[in-house]
Parts: sequence; C-alpha cells; structure tokens
Amino acid sequence: MTAMTTMTTTTGAPPATSVTTADASVQLHLDGAWLTVCAAARLTPGRGVAVLLPDGRRQAALFLDRTGHLYAIDNRDPFSGAAVLSRGLVGSADGRPFVASPLLKQRFDLGTGRCLDDDEVGVGVYEARISP
Amino acid sequence: MDTDAPVAAMDTAPEKTLVLIGHGMVGQRFLEALAEQGLTATHRVVVLCEEPRPAYDRVQLTSYFSGRTPDELSVTDTEFIEKHGIELHLGDPAEHIDRRARTVTSRAGRTLTYDTLVLATGSVPFVPPVPGKDAAGCFVYRTIEDVLAIEAYAKENATTGAVVGGGLLGLEAAGALQGLGLGTHIVEFAPRLMPAQVDDGGGAALLRTLTGRGLAVHTGTGTQEILTDEAGAVRAMSLSDGSELDVDLVVFSAGVRPRDQLARDCALAVGERGGITVDERCRTSDPAVYAIGECAQAADGRVYGLVAPGYEMAQTAAAAIAAGDDCDAAFTGADMSTKLKLLGVDVASFGDAHGATDGCLDVAYADSRSGTYKKLVVGADGTLLGGVLVGDTEAYGTLRALTGSVPPVPAEQLVLPAGAGAAPALGPEALPDDAVVCNCHNVTKAAVQACATLPEVKKCTKAGTGCGSCVKLIGQLLPQSGDQGLCGCFAQTRQELYEIVRTLRVASFRELLDRHGRESARGGEGCETCKPAVASVIASLAPAIGADGYVLDGEQAALQDTNDHFLANLQKNGSYSVVPRIPGGEITPDKLIVIGEVAREFGLYTKITGGQRIDLFGARVEQLPVIWARLVDAGFESGHAYGKALRTVKSCVGQTWCRYGVQDSVRMAIDLELRYRGLRAPHKLKSAVSGCARECAEARSKDFGVIATASGWNLYVGGNGGATPRHADLLAQDLDDAGLVRLIDRFLMFYIRTADRLERTSAWLERIDGGLDHVRDVVVDDSLGICAELEALMADHVTHYRDEWAETLADPDRLARFVSFVNAPEAPDPLVAFVPERGQIKPDLPLLTLRPLEGSSAR
Repeated sequence: MTAMTTMTTTTGAPPATSVTTADASVQLHLDGAWLTVCAAARLTPGRGVAVLLPDGRRQAALFLDRTGHLYAIDNRDPFSGAAVLSRGLVGSADGRPFVASPLLKQRFDLGTGRCLDDDEVGVGVYEARISP
Repeated sequence: MDTDAPVAAMDTAPEKTLVLIGHGMVGQRFLEALAEQGLTATHRVVVLCEEPRPAYDRVQLTSYFSGRTPDELSVTDTEFIEKHGIELHLGDPAEHIDRRARTVTSRAGRTLTYDTLVLATGSVPFVPPVPGKDAAGCFVYRTIEDVLAIEAYAKENATTGAVVGGGLLGLEAAGALQGLGLGTHIVEFAPRLMPAQVDDGGGAALLRTLTGRGLAVHTGTGTQEILTDEAGAVRAMSLSDGSELDVDLVVFSAGVRPRDQLARDCALAVGERGGITVDERCRTSDPAVYAIGECAQAADGRVYGLVAPGYEMAQTAAAAIAAGDDCDAAFTGADMSTKLKLLGVDVASFGDAHGATDGCLDVAYADSRSGTYKKLVVGADGTLLGGVLVGDTEAYGTLRALTGSVPPVPAEQLVLPAGAGAAPALGPEALPDDAVVCNCHNVTKAAVQACATLPEVKKCTKAGTGCGSCVKLIGQLLPQSGDQGLCGCFAQTRQELYEIVRTLRVASFRELLDRHGRESARGGEGCETCKPAVASVIASLAPAIGADGYVLDGEQAALQDTNDHFLANLQKNGSYSVVPRIPGGEITPDKLIVIGEVAREFGLYTKITGGQRIDLFGARVEQLPVIWARLVDAGFESGHAYGKALRTVKSCVGQTWCRYGVQDSVRMAIDLELRYRGLRAPHKLKSAVSGCARECAEARSKDFGVIATASGWNLYVGGNGGATPRHADLLAQDLDDAGLVRLIDRFLMFYIRTADRLERTSAWLERIDGGLDHVRDVVVDDSLGICAELEALMADHVTHYRDEWAETLADPDRLARFVSFVNAPEAPDPLVAFVPERGQIKPDLPLLTLRPLEGSSAR
C-alpha cells in the first residue's frame, strides 16, 4: 500500500483518495464525520471488505482498485437482500470500476452505486478516504 | 398405437390415404418431406414398420459399441409423428399388396386402402450360399436387433470373430467386433479393402493402418465353408486359399440386395439384378405406387445403397405426389461420395473416384508411414472429377464441393500435406455459390450462407443433419460470430489464453491483461468473467509456470470467485456451507462422529450430498476457520466443493463385499480422488467407480467414469447429469490400474487445456472438432505427440498438491480475511439469521427479498 497515486474523480463518484503511507488508515464519511474503519494495509487491490456501521446493522463494502482508488458502497445486495457485495469480484467496464454480486452476478458501479444490469436498481455510496 | 384392432378398409374417409411401407431413415425423411409439402394435412398417412422401433440412424449403428444407446440412435421425433397425425405401426410389416383393390395387408391383419402407396423397404444383407451359413454364431449386420444379438452371443460364446466382406459395412462390423473385445478377422474376396470406394493405393493405406490396429485382414480370399462343432455352433471357417481360421462368430457383410419381394409378388416391374424400377419421379410401373431408397432401381439404372441418394429420392417422391403431373422434381442419379471414419481411419471417396472418365489423369500422394493416401482424378482440361482420401480427409468438404469445376490452384497442391511446399490450404471461400455443401440434403453454399448460425442452418436447410461430414465445412462458411473472445477484456478464447500462459509462463493476471488483453481493457481491473477463468488456468499450470499453487496467495486472491476466496460455498443468505473430502465415500465411524459433533456444536444444517459426502450449511464467514480447525485436526481435508475442481469420486462397495463385484471399486475411487483432488479445471469435475457392469455408482453420468470388467477397467468420459444429461462415452476398455490412471491423466489435462470457460466435459466433447474420436486419437494414440507433456503436467499437480485449508489455518495473514467485518471481526452479520425446520435450521427468509433480475424495483 505504498503506491503514490493521485486520485482522479469521475463524475458522480464519491471522493476517493491516494494511498500515502504504510500505516495509513481507511476512513468513511458518515453523518458529517470521518469514521476510521481499518488500516489501509488490510485492503487487497481488486477485493473488498465489509464494514459494520455504528448503528450495528448497516454495512458498507470497501474496495481498492489496482490503481489505489478507494470506493465504498452499501454492502447489501438489493437482489438477494444478503450483505455480500464486499465479497464480489471487482472489474472494470469502459474504464469504470464495478463489483459483481457473488450471488447472482449483477454488477454495481463502484462510483455511483448504479446497477449496470438493471437501470431501476442501485445501492448507496459512501465517501471514503485514506488518512495517515 | 399398435394395440388397436385391425383396421378395416377406410373407404368412407373423406381424405385420401397414403400408405408408407418401411420406416427406416429414408422412410422418415419421406414423412418429413410430406409434412413440408403440406400433404400430411390433406392425407391420412399410415406407416407399416417391420422393426420394433421407429426409424434410427443405421449409418451410425457401430456407435452402439462406443456407448450410443438405441434411443440415442433414433432419428424419429415422436412429437413430429403426433403433430402430423401420422399412424405409425411398429413391428407390423406389410405382407401383401393388392394393386387392383389398392389395399395393403399387414402381418397383424390390418387392411389399408391406399390412394398412394410408397415402398421404402430398404435392403437385406446378402449372405453368400456357403455351407454352414445358418449355424449358431452366424449373423448379419443391419439392424439394432442384429447388433444386440451379436453382443449377447459374443459375451457368452466368443473370443474371436470374422467378418465376411471388407467393404464399407464390413469394416463397420469389424469395428463392432473389436469394440466387443473380440479378436477380429476380415475376409474380402476382392484384392483390396473397400473395393467399391477406394483404389489400390487407398486400399493399401487402409490395410496397413488396420493391420497396425490389430485386425487380421485376408484379401483376395473367399469364404468356402463355416465349420461347426457338435452342438452346431461356429468353430472355424475355411477359406479359398486352403487355410482355416479359428473363429466362434461370423458376421456376413458381403453387400446388400434390394428388398423388392412385395413388389415382385404384385407384379411391379423390377430390375434385372433386383430393385423396384422407378422413373425420375420415383414412380413404379404403377403410377399409384412409388419406391424410394435402397429398394428402388433409379431412373439411371442404379440401386443406391447410401443414405444421401435415398433422402433425395424421398424428397423427389414427396414433391411428385404433391405436384401431380406438373412435377418438375426429378431424381436422375446421385453422387456416391462418402466420408467415413472406419475403425478410427478416415476414408472418403467422391465423384469419379476410380478414374472412369475418358482421358482423365491421376494426381496422387502417398505416405505409408502415416497411412495417408490421397488421389484426385482430374479431367484433361483440369476439371476436378473425383478422388479418394485415406487417413486424412480434412479437405473432403471443399474438394467434393469443387468437383465438376476447375480448382483455383493446381490439383497437386490440393493433395500435398501442409508444409510440404503446398500452397495455402484452399479455403471454403473458394467454393462457388452453387457448390453442394451437404450431400445428404443437397444444400448449396449459398443456402448455408443465408443462415447465421449452425443451429439455424440445421433447422432451415437440414444441412449437417445427415451423415454430419459437412458440419466442419458449414462452420467455416458461416460468419465467424465476430468475436470469440472470452469477455470484454480478452479477445482470446480460454484455450488461447491457456496456451499463452503455458508457453510464455505468464503467472500474473495483470501482466496477461496489460500485454494480451483488448486495447480498451489494458490497465483496467478485468472483469468477473476473466478473473476466475485466468485464476483457474494459472492454478492448473501453477507448478509448470512457477506460480504458487495456493489459490489465495498474492494477486491470485483477488481473482478468485467468492467461493474460492473463502474456500467454502456461499449460500443465499450470505452464510457458507462446508464440505470435507470423504474420498470414495468411505468414512470411519470416528470421522463420521467428528462431523456430527462439529455440526451440532455450530448448529449447522446437515445434508448428505449426491456425491457421497456430507454438506454442513449455515456457517458464518468468521466461523469457517474454527470449523476447519476441528476438521483438519480430525484428519479431514478440503473437499473443493467451492472450486471448479475435482469434486468427488463416488464408488459402490465393490468386490470386497458385493457378491457381484469383480474389482475393488472403493480402492480405485479413493486412489483417483486422492490423485486428482485440488485439480483446477474449466468447470467442476465429477467421477465414479463401479465394481461391476451393474453400475451402482452411476459412473456413466460422470465426467470420467470407471466400470470394472473381469479383466480390468473400462473408462467412460463426457457424462453429465444436471439439466442436459448425457451418458459418458467409452474411451477405452479393459485397462489395468496403471493404464487407467495414465489415460485419465491425459484426458483431464487435454480437457483442461482445450475446453472453454465453464464448459463441462460433456459439452466439450460435443463441441471439439472430431469429438470423441479425436480425443481418443490424442489421448490413446498420441496423435499430437503431447501425451508425455500431459502426463508430466499431471505429475506436477500430484506432487505439488497441498490441502488449502491446512495451509490457510497455518498462516495468520491468510486467516485475517475470514472476518465478518474489517472493523468488528467477531460481530456476526446481523442479516444472517436462521429459523428452525424439521429439527434443523434454515435461512430466515423474511429477512431476504429474493427477486429475479428482471422487473426489480428500486432499492
């Protein structure tokens, strides 16, 4: 996690940030404040992790892509109701990263939460950053 | 439909009646042609069929011995028969025709009054009048019933058989005897094999190859007498050269004769050498009576014994009946082209194969070493007139279609093997639009190219549904569906990527994507299709390319589907199921108790699987390491139920306990399961071993199934259950233990190398060029010279196998990912909850709202 990558934000994407140091931590923006969730070193490019939010019920799925961009979306797969999106595979289509649900493989844009296979479905997105 | 009382004359019926005598391949084709002409709507159609089963593929009769069942040989669609209201009477041959009263009487006593009568009675095998020809153990080779009788007799009474006749059917029959495990002789009166199709050079190439395959061929020799023992059963045959062959089964396959007795009895005209005389519309001397197929002598004076001309006659007769006097359909003779695979040797002949045309010239290429012989017959002006191909019939489709025209390159370049100074192989694009691509159904290149896909071609034109020899050419003529690529990221197929990874030793997905991916996908993330596919290829080749075999290391971790990532099977509510390996389905009571204890302790739903193991459901992700620690401690390993990998090798209890068993099936199943455990493949692999032919382990529904014989093991491949069940095909017989394992090694590695992503062995076997025969050539006869390499790859796999769960538990870094939440590792997922059912748990579904992909509303 020592890559020095400058973020570029695509339209509609939540702020992502560049990874700076090995002991950096990952933060989510919730209710006007930044919540530290884990060390940046816990993330593997191309995979996600689940985060339990303070209400003890809602969950976020955090992803790191191969260029060091960070993304966070709701972890609940709207098609199955199960909290599994963090366990899906990250891919990219037309240069935009997505995660494919591990259950029935519907894809969700990591920047916007929009489902790429069903215009009427989407998931929430969170701002995420890496802070030293 | 057979049980109704004999039907009296139906003179009162308002519609006309058409009676068809004979329901073979040509009869069935005729019915289809009737339906196409709309005649089934205006006629009552009644069919009298002598055989106890509806029309089947007689051409492929020998494939019964490689595992095709009589049902699979059927060419009759019962829906078609019902839809068109055709009355089909099986097992009830016509016995008498009264042309004056226009009635047909059947053996069961049906009397049918016809307006139109069609004879499609086929032919009967010719049995030369040698003494002893009716002894027990003498057979002909014509029907499924013949085949079943030969099989039954051979099993009980025979070790060596002889086929009288070395023509096309004789070689088919010889293949059948070999398939039954008999020592096989072929006795042919002519100086060469297949005298009607090939010339001396082709016959010689064929002879060499067949002799090399263990057949004893006696050409230029007649059969004088069948010698019998005291019980009247065959014990030997004496030949015209004075020698005697010790055989206990004889199959006569010395040609066929038109079956024209019904016609003779009612005084229809027949040819001098047999065959009901018909005109160009297939009408006999009585305009109300037609004859088609092998029972007829066509307008050109010939009796055609091939199915393609029979089909053409069927079409012609149907068109003639529909059009009445305005008919312009005509059958004036047919091409005798054939392409076959006989005893594993490709043989083709087309056009003027014997060079009978005045002033024609031969161009020939012969290579005795490889058993290849190719001859083209060319007219003085360069027109291609015909040819013979033995050993390599690759160019058959193109050459046959070019027959009658001057090929765009000199003839000699058409027979030279690639790389021997030959011009680039003449592609199908060189064919003229009116070139006939499918001979069986007389379909031109232009008609094929009017369709977009092979299924469409088959549906719309019937091309490729006869003998199937043109399917390859059709594939080449169709638009290559633009993009055969694996996904949006790679333009290559899985097989091509496999070769790139193997030869360039690419052990990294990123490197593969950035160097070999589509331009637009380079530098990207890949996608959910290519990542697991490439991960599987890298895992299959790991030892050979220097990659780590552990699927969760480094970059590979990010490629695996969630099941591989967590080494468990994700279920619908986000919980996982756990399947420990139980090799061969054999388990000690102590280990069984451990599974029970673990399940009880963690409250897991417990179910016996179809593969003879136990599935434990409802584990949360953070419980997986704890559960597996207990299982590994008790000696269990990963069952790879989560992977595209070997699942189980089922077994029956075998010789050790079962009174029918002939081999130790449990031991073999365990050996195989331990050998191939963890092997990553394009799709999951299932196997089974049965201890005798009763097949209690259901091995023929598996990707590779093993069935014990008295002398070893039979290996079946390409079986499948599921949505598209398929019986596995016999790959090889009576193998010893080492031979069986070696062949499975090769088969699996060849499959892994050449299959598409998520393509089971059954679909793969059906898809690849040459099918089972090709696979057998490669893995049994080593035709590509890659067997040593395939074996080495498998040896690497076996050497480097490690239990993924034991490795995971031993490494804290690897264990770190098995947490519910990165910020609350111990907190259970609140959405994973269960309710009781039948004394166990099930997912609490009200928590979930499972919806199909379509029509979903917003979150």
